[in-house]
Amino acid sequence: MAMSQMRSPLGRVLGLGSAKEGVEHWWRQRITAIALVPLTLWLVVGVIGLVGADRAALVAWLHNPMSAVLMIVLLAATFYHAALGLQVVIEDYIHGEAMRLTALMLVYGLCILLALRGIVAVLQLALGA
Amino acid sequence: MMSDPRPLSPHLQIYRWQLTSVLSILHRFTGVALSVGAILLVSWLGAASDGPEAFGRFQQFMGSWFGLLLLFGWTVALFYHLCNGIRHLVWDTGRGLDLKSVYAGGWIVLAATAGLTVLAWALGCWHWRH
Repeated sequence: MAMSQMRSPLGRVLGLGSAKEGVEHWWRQRITAIALVPLTLWLVVGVIGLVGADRAALVAWLHNPMSAVLMIVLLAATFYHAALGLQVVIEDYIHGEAMRLTALMLVYGLCILLALRGIVAVLQLALGA
Repeated sequence: MMSDPRPLSPHLQIYRWQLTSVLSILHRFTGVALSVGAILLVSWLGAASDGPEAFGRFQQFMGSWFGLLLLFGWTVALFYHLCNGIRHLVWDTGRGLDLKSVYAGGWIVLAATAGLTVLAWALGCWHWRH
């Protein structure tokens, strides 16, 4: 009781805590993690099936709409999960405000670029002749 | 402030490592490694979309001893982060947080990582030969 009385009514309603971020980051990390459990196993099985195969086999695999969709979701979830995780590492070890912000922008920027590069490649392979 | 010359803790030469902290560090380390390793996945897809020539170059690189070493490290890191990630998700439900379960879960994660890595490479090699 004493604890809750120390907090302002607005603070309690917003529920963001002392870090002013709430549980959003934690929750997104968990959701992407749960999604990546089956997606990763699917990728591993798919890649094993393509060992030693030529490009045509990969193209044929991604011509299947379900494979293409799963690969796109996997890329999005992977790079979102990676950005969220790298954000925590950066916030733990880089203490200067300018350096931290620069590193965060670089990491998020690179993750977005890589995810989009992968997704565009999948779309080209899935929709190409 | 740095006038006291006594060694700082943890003093790594005499530090007794614990499974719990080592696995925790490994989770973060493999997470960072996999973030970099995800570039491999994008390169694979990108090379395929660029055409047969680019894909041939990518396959040649992955078939070299360095490429295979990268792929093996990637597999170990992936299975470790996956298994230990599931351990984290179990903890998130409030289960298995006593010391005995934490250690048991740690050993299970290590065994599962080794088992899944061997299984994946055995299947891959078998598939490659057929």
